Amino acid sequence: MLNTEPNIAAPDDFYEALLAIHQDLLPAQSRLVDAKLILLLSNHIGDPEVLRQAMAKAREGIVPAGQDAILAARA
Amino acid sequence: MQVDYQALRFDYRRCADQSAAVPARHPVIVVGAGPVGLATAIDLAQQGQRVLLLDDDEALSHGSRAICFAKRTLEVFDRLGCGERMVEKGVTWNLGRVFHREEPVYGFNLLPEGGHQRPAFVNLQQYYLEGFLLDRAQALPEIEIRWRSRVTAVAQADDGVTLTVETPEGEYRLLADYLVAADGSRSPIRRALGLESRGRTFRDRFLIADVRMEADFPAERWFWFDPPFHRNQSVLLHQQPDGVWRIDFQLGWDADPVAERQPDKVIPRVRALLGPDVPFELEWVSIYTFSCLRMERFRHGRVLFAGDSAHGVSPFGARGANSGVQDAENLAWKLALVLRGAAPDSLLDSYDAERVAAADENILNSTRSTDFITPKNEASRAFRDATLALARDCAFARRLVNSGRLSLPSTYAASPLNTPDAEAFAGAMVPGAPALDAPVRAAGGADWLLRYLGNAFTLLHFSDDAASPPAPGDLPLPVRAVLVVPPGAAAGGPHEGVPGTVTVLEDADGLARQRYDARPGTTYLLRPDQHVCARWRRFDPAAVRAALERATGKRA
Repeated sequence: MLNTEPNIAAPDDFYEALLAIHQDLLPAQSRLVDAKLILLLSNHIGDPEVLRQAMAKAREGIVPAGQDAILAARA
Repeated sequence: MQVDYQALRFDYRRCADQSAAVPARHPVIVVGAGPVGLATAIDLAQQGQRVLLLDDDEALSHGSRAICFAKRTLEVFDRLGCGERMVEKGVTWNLGRVFHREEPVYGFNLLPEGGHQRPAFVNLQQYYLEGFLLDRAQALPEIEIRWRSRVTAVAQADDGVTLTVETPEGEYRLLADYLVAADGSRSPIRRALGLESRGRTFRDRFLIADVRMEADFPAERWFWFDPPFHRNQSVLLHQQPDGVWRIDFQLGWDADPVAERQPDKVIPRVRALLGPDVPFELEWVSIYTFSCLRMERFRHGRVLFAGDSAHGVSPFGARGANSGVQDAENLAWKLALVLRGAAPDSLLDSYDAERVAAADENILNSTRSTDFITPKNEASRAFRDATLALARDCAFARRLVNSGRLSLPSTYAASPLNTPDAEAFAGAMVPGAPALDAPVRAAGGADWLLRYLGNAFTLLHFSDDAASPPAPGDLPLPVRAVLVVPPGAAAGGPHEGVPGTVTVLEDADGLARQRYDARPGTTYLLRPDQHVCARWRRFDPAAVRAALERATGKRA
């Protein structure tokens, strides 16, 4: 079960550290750092149900405004 | 003597059917003499079924095309009587390596255990594979092949299929009880029946450069992400026989497919990989895009679609030709039983159920590989790059790197032909699974278990002694019986049974017992395609009869 109650002892310290790893980075560099962070934390959590709930929560309320680079195929 | 299978031409020959007053009727017509059509025809012929094979061309595969043939496919070809030649000629490999930029990221072994006759893969040009299959087909009197015979129209009625066949001498008509459409990804038969294959196309282009050269790369699958010699794209390298190497360059969606296949564009790309001093010549060049797609159903009445006509995948994972051959082995025994009147027509519905599920498994794996290799949006690319960066020193990330999940046979776990387990078993040999190989001692000495399974339903019985072999008794179909005993336990040594008696094999290294989680009394019923359909802890003729009826569609 995904825990959305406070679980970080020093929230301001955490938030500052999270921003600090992005200092002076270009958007593409930040994107890479975030992606690595997500992968590392996901592996640490491991539980597929918790990961699924977290992904659903993150995606909640966002309406797609782009399009993937795939095409419908018919033969 | 070396045969140049690519250069062979097969003559059109006029046949009696062309002069017939009414269309000649054939029990089964297979369209397409590629790997899938040839395998289907051979398998049917081995079951004693007469087959007519039509092909619109007069030659085998142009270019090396499909080159990676998986262990299970080799085992199918062994059963079809031509696997040995393929392994002998092919380049055997088990290892894959992945590189990111300049660095090796990880390696994987696709067959990390011993005790199997066949390797994880052999690489072999498609024209050799087709040539060896054709040689085998031509040795079977049940098979008639007509070259330069193009099917231009198909009409289906309750009692058969009418085909219009175009030849250099004009058209004629044929009737078939069943039609197997192994006529490729653009399947004219699919089109003639107004059917479609649907799915997704990925916005990327790839260049295949097959080059002939002396090189000291090992016989392994090498995959580079963003290598220094081909920045921001991927490259795949495979060894083929005759000093030919397959190099597959990712080009991106914006590449010009006409310009990119010209030698002045291809040669510098190859030279960038090999270095300036390695001499090579271009053997075959092709530009491709790919789709993952399938037909909604593979059975349409009396027409059965097999191979690329039914489904398509990306090449990363070698799941195209390999899954097509598995379609063929799944279909052939069912069709032979139905045509012989030994099973109801509804048995063919299980071809659709089992192979549609297999196609979905292949498409799922292929799509996931493609999503990694060809990122479809900005986030896909970021996660791909992050995974590769972490893979250098984090073991978990290596498991996420996906340069292709290589072809494995499907287990038909949900098949209606399976009898569910009533007793506890461990291991991989669940109902629906393809039988695993193991070393055995047979009448002729060291041998392999799979050589004694299949082509007919087979009872595989494990015992501590050869004194009380299972007696299947009166069954609706001929069933082979194979008894596996511990080393030294076969009185008078292992022996091969004539039809109606039992073949006795010794479990040379104990691996058969281990892989089948067998104890004395354990009995498996295997289908003619070597898939498990039932198993028990003791031999019970009534249970065998019931399982056999279920596996032939005679009871639900």
